[in-house]
Amino acid sequence: MVVILGAPDADSAELYAETVINGDPSWTGPLAGVAMKLPVYHIMEPEIKAQIDPKVYEEHLGLMEIALEVNKIAVGLNRVRKNLKA
Amino acid sequence: MELNKKKVIIIGERDGVQGPAIEACVRTAGAEPLLVLTQCFV
Repeated sequence: MVVILGAPDADSAELYAETVINGDPSWTGPLAGVAMKLPVYHIMEPEIKAQIDPKVYEEHLGLMEIALEVNKIAVGLNRVRKNLKA
Repeated sequence: MELNKKKVIIIGERDGVQGPAIEACVRTAGAEPLLVLTQCFV
């Protein structure tokens, strides 16, 4: 089981990632204290993008990829995965 | 992370990438979406 995110920025992507790995970091929702340890990636991370049909990727995500800071998102998610060992 | 034959939970976002767009993409990689969401915080 894998979680794939479509978050628009690094901060929200990291928050989603922390939640599905270690549980809700704000301890306000139903996932507070629930460590699911799920692997989590953003749809635009190079590792995931490489597996997608380029035509379909371009059709659905081509425009958004220009607008989003993909590198920042990837760096943030890598840090969360490394620190929390998903 | 190899997506082929993996079950996937998709959490899209209105201001980022919407769930159905992610679903269309991961299907081409051989993944099986179990849950497709699009969050909206407006």
